[in-house]
Amino acid sequence: MTAVLEPLREDVPRELERVFTPADKAFRRSATGIGLTVLVLTAAIGLFLGYQAIPTLHRYGLSFFTQSQWLPQQDIIGLAAVLVGTVEVALVALVVGFPLALMTALYISEYAPAAIKGWLVAAVDLMAAVPSIIYGLWGFFFLQPQAIHVSRWLAQNLGWIPIFHVDTDANSASWAQTKFTASAFIAGLAVSMMVIPLACAVMRSVFAQAPLGEREAALALGSTRWGMIRTVVLPFGQGGIIGGTMLALGRALGETVAVLLIISPAFDIKPNILEVGTETTSALIAGLFGEASKAQLSALLTAGFVLFCLTLVVNTVAAVFVNRSRSGASTEI
Amino acid sequence: MTSIEVRESAIALPEPESDAVGLEAVDVSAWFGTNKVLERVNLSMPPRTVTALIGPSGCGKSTFLRILNRMHESVPTARMAGEVRLNGEDIYDSSARITAMRKRIGMVFQKPNPFPAMSIAENVTAGLKLTGTKVSRSERADLIERCLVRGGLWNEVKDRLDEPGQGLSGGQQQRLCIARALAVNPDVLLMDEPCSALDPTSTRRVEETIAELAPDVTIVIVTHNMQQAARVSQQCAFFLAEMGTPGGIVEAGTTKQVFEAPHDPRTADYVNGRFG
Repeated sequence: MTAVLEPLREDVPRELERVFTPADKAFRRSATGIGLTVLVLTAAIGLFLGYQAIPTLHRYGLSFFTQSQWLPQQDIIGLAAVLVGTVEVALVALVVGFPLALMTALYISEYAPAAIKGWLVAAVDLMAAVPSIIYGLWGFFFLQPQAIHVSRWLAQNLGWIPIFHVDTDANSASWAQTKFTASAFIAGLAVSMMVIPLACAVMRSVFAQAPLGEREAALALGSTRWGMIRTVVLPFGQGGIIGGTMLALGRALGETVAVLLIISPAFDIKPNILEVGTETTSALIAGLFGEASKAQLSALLTAGFVLFCLTLVVNTVAAVFVNRSRSGASTEI
Repeated sequence: MTSIEVRESAIALPEPESDAVGLEAVDVSAWFGTNKVLERVNLSMPPRTVTALIGPSGCGKSTFLRILNRMHESVPTARMAGEVRLNGEDIYDSSARITAMRKRIGMVFQKPNPFPAMSIAENVTAGLKLTGTKVSRSERADLIERCLVRGGLWNEVKDRLDEPGQGLSGGQQQRLCIARALAVNPDVLLMDEPCSALDPTSTRRVEETIAELAPDVTIVIVTHNMQQAARVSQQCAFFLAEMGTPGGIVEAGTTKQVFEAPHDPRTADYVNGRFG
């Protein structure tokens, strides 16, 4: 019997085709469509702001970013002081909010008894549901009268550090209280209340995902709860901690109403966060756009465009951190 | 049906020595919420002996094992009754520190769980760091080598101690976990199906490791593998939870007796593979 030689089949990767059911196709298309809509909307907002910014950027060029004063009547417009103020308020919010959010998240995910866990989660989430105007009123009428004493104490004891310096005699018995009001510090405190729930929720959900196997490994070695958190939960949650903080920063950069209520506008580039007067980008826009002329409106929209880009970058970096960490990936085996 | 062979050397229980520490469970019951999963389990686990806990799934062996080093109570709704005596002292006594008890009674889990952020060497010493035990730099290197040798992993990793523990194979990771558990110098080592996620070669290495450790450490191992129980243990306890009742020990004795001449027909059925 002779073997019949069959022609060898070509040894190249095959093109594989998948056949979707109609329901699958319909769902796929609608999901893709809705997903794209979100992207298109974001892009449209960016493009609109960018387009509106062209005349202003064309007219003022780089000085738009270096000029600190905002005097449209004298044709002097610049964002330098506003951007500094924006970052100062956001950083104060972050410095105050970060430890509180981290500790709250750790307490809820690691220490809280099961019976009160749900209540605590709801309470923190409720903080996020409070409108920012309420935080503004609270900050202005309740927080500020108390916080100026903290401001004064900081100025008295750490006044030699430029950021805590206030241009008045803080030690005087009849100290100038109004020098300490309406500052970036107090606005930052109010904003921190708004960013805590956001950062806390991200951190908490990441901590809760820390693998049980590794937690038990640490405990079974004789570790205390805190030792286990240090070796397992915090390293695992690193991405979520950074990501949640960045998201909070993005929120803090854009916070408007509460800041508008608390600060008194001042267009000086100054590091003194405790001193009266500052300005943030969003508060600038909200405060001025009502009586703005066409050219002034373009300038304000340019400020909006800068803020949009800033928050977009911060949020994108946050998303990268959250996704890249082990916290986002499924655990192996 | 071939009956399972029990090694001759595994028959005689060694004489307890003065410095060896045994474990004794007295009237141990356990609940999850209101569901009772163990009822009045009494078992003596003598020093320098490997005790195997066998039985079908859901019969409470793992729960019992986790009660032995107080890991049971880390589950929110878990409760227990009875006593677990380590060298005669109840580990659940109010004067006993939970961290100290867990340090003396080590545990190896079903799924290898090295700390992924740590190197192989750091994994071995993790327990010392976690329990605040200080070791000098020179002692540290010795300790890492000694534990990895005892865990049967030294030859495979001695040139890459600074690489992450996650880079090892499943079997190697499990032996790393054994080395990590040994580093805090426990009196007792509990193993919860340590080989169920491993390939046959790794399983054999872990079993060799168990045999090498047995003269120094009291070992309690949960296993679903009858052959493994016969190979590694000198004493054996058969757990069973019959329909709607909490689990308990049907029969306990030397491995040879349980496998070759079980008193209870249910034990005979199980060890001969007729159910479970």
